[in-house]
Amino acid sequence: MDAMVRELSYAQAIQEAMAIAMDMDERVFLMGEDIGVYGGAFQVTGDLVERYGTERVIDTPISELGGAGVAVGAAVTGMRPIFEFQFSDFATLAMEQIVNQAAKMRFMLGGEVSVPVVMRFPAGSGTGAAAQHSQSLEAWLGHVPGLKVIQPATPYDAKGMLLAAVADPDPVMIFEHKLLYKMKGPVPEGYYTVPIGKADIRREGRDLTIVATSIMVHKALDAAATLEAEGIDVEVIDLRTIRPMDKQSVIDSVKKTSRLMCVHEAVKTLGIGAEVSAMIAESEAFDYLDAPIVRLGGAETPIPYNPELEKATVPQVPDIISAARDLVKGVR
Amino acid sequence: MAGAGKAVADSRANLPFVYRQYSAEQLKQVLYKMYLIRRFEEGAEESYMRGLIHGTMHLSIGQEASAMGICMPLGEDDQITSTHRGHGHCIAKGAEVKRMFAEFFGKTTGYCKGRGGSMHIADVAKGNLGANGIVGGGIPIAVGAALSSKMMKTGKVVVSFFGDGANNEGAFHEALNMAAVWKLPVIFVCENNGYGMSTSTARSTAVKNIADRAAAYSMPGVIVNGNIFSEVAEASYKAVERARSGEGPTLIESKTYRHRGHSKSDRNRYRTKEEIEDWMSNRDPITLFENELREFGFIDDKGIEAIRSGVAQEIADGIEFAKASPSPDVSETGNYVYTEQA
Ligand SMILES: Cc1ncc(C[n+]2csc(CCOP(=O)(O)OP(=O)(O)O)c2C)c(N)n1
Ligand SMILES: [Mg+2]
Repeated sequence: MDAMVRELSYAQAIQEAMAIAMDMDERVFLMGEDIGVYGGAFQVTGDLVERYGTERVIDTPISELGGAGVAVGAAVTGMRPIFEFQFSDFATLAMEQIVNQAAKMRFMLGGEVSVPVVMRFPAGSGTGAAAQHSQSLEAWLGHVPGLKVIQPATPYDAKGMLLAAVADPDPVMIFEHKLLYKMKGPVPEGYYTVPIGKADIRREGRDLTIVATSIMVHKALDAAATLEAEGIDVEVIDLRTIRPMDKQSVIDSVKKTSRLMCVHEAVKTLGIGAEVSAMIAESEAFDYLDAPIVRLGGAETPIPYNPELEKATVPQVPDIISAARDLVKGVR
Repeated sequence: MAGAGKAVADSRANLPFVYRQYSAEQLKQVLYKMYLIRRFEEGAEESYMRGLIHGTMHLSIGQEASAMGICMPLGEDDQITSTHRGHGHCIAKGAEVKRMFAEFFGKTTGYCKGRGGSMHIADVAKGNLGANGIVGGGIPIAVGAALSSKMMKTGKVVVSFFGDGANNEGAFHEALNMAAVWKLPVIFVCENNGYGMSTSTARSTAVKNIADRAAAYSMPGVIVNGNIFSEVAEASYKAVERARSGEGPTLIESKTYRHRGHSKSDRNRYRTKEEIEDWMSNRDPITLFENELREFGFIDDKGIEAIRSGVAQEIADGIEFAKASPSPDVSETGNYVYTEQA
């Protein structure tokens, strides 16, 4: 690899990806609330409006349903919109266009059109923004055939997967954990893509497979470092894409370690961990399991405002460590 | 704050509406509350800077006359739905600042027991059905509350506060239409402070005035100077009478300005310093009201001083109360998700 690699924040990596996409393809443009002079609620678009102008960095009114629909309409007719939701929670206002239109249009029209729209969703808790600004709704969209749903966990992946999303002919939903925006990591200059639908083994291990998403990848890696000192060797898989899911990587890992734990921030019940667990139970890896599968996920509650309660509603590193210990020791 | 005294002295006959309608005591109480809103928000802001409050908050400093004017003709049983910029509405509808501070500090004595924070501040007992984290989210809820009022014949009037930005959400349009079709006792109050976050109404909204939208839903659309308490209160008074007598909804556009940034992370790059300065020094709603009260002989400097120090004391006590209150226990994280606890 000859491209220069620098340290960029996750937000900067996304911004760079959007700039590259706009440089490479005139059809690419950005839409969202306060993404122009304000720079986006999380400063992801930053000063892109100064470089690309208000024609390509479009501030919408506060109209999520309409805005998402306009992006879908533009995508169907030849443009390549990247639509930013100010918070992923506001996807709920745009569900109609995402679920009934973007996801199904190609299918309903017998393949006559495609919908190359990219939507970005700042997600997750940890900022004290309370119940309507802290949700993790990726599984909602992951349930809809026709959509692709990704959750990059590092600056490198944030850039490469966004560029893959723009190049993808189908609607791609990107969930970005807000607490990751400031996280730094190595990012090569220039164009590259990270494939959608491919998990990444972040850490190899023999005793236990942890399948994690988004910010939980980092928590799982932290936990793995502690567990290593205790002689527990953890394999950490960053799922990266929740639809279409990379089943084989998980199956192969479980066949090797014989133990599975799933960790995500979204509410545990009916979540991605449930899907991964069921997928393993249905697969040839089932026979290799030495212990029941363990899932860690968000508590069965909206996200509270109080900071201590807020922390308690999502899995933390100590929770992963103790669950891993129990799992390896066979404690139920 | 209801109870319009009908005993109007002749000497007041030429004065603006509120000075004819309300007693000196009531009007002084309004000034007290306008100060209470301002100092509450300054206190919250300072506590935030000192790290005592987490999350974010949206301050309504500069919009106090709007909150107070709209709530003036409402009775305790009447209801409101509020917004992310809802501290003023909450106080105007009768909330105690100590329990608001407690909420901001995440304490069990707070109005939402530490679960909601600034963006979800509410006081259901006093008729505030809650601020809202979702722009436009409260508008249909107010229509629903008005439907309850009509069906249950409670006589309640419901006010829905929202911002100029919210008028571009579908919920606004759907809600106004239903309210008009069903002639519900609801008042839509758009506090137009010129911007939805960084986007000016000129860049977001196809009509010049939000009140112009009323025509599409066959209801009166009234524009008031939201920084003049008397103007706001008069428009609200008429809308409340109309709603109470079964004639249906009104859309009031209260033109105002927020002195502070949108939230705690705003660099104010979408407006000029001069514009902010102009509103702060020439159209401050508290100064305007104070001047009128003084000019019309309702209060003197001593009276104003008494109000200011009374407010300062109430704020200081409120912060102490909040600090001394207990935090919820993490074992109670699952509380209040359902009515019957599992
Ligand atoms: C549905 C939805 N979209 C976007 C936001 C983010 N947001 C919060 S307040 C705000 C601006 C609202 O403007 P306005 O309605 O004029 O109220 P103001 O803040 O000026 O009081 C935005 C965009 C939100 N909370 N909810
Ligand atoms: Mg506004």
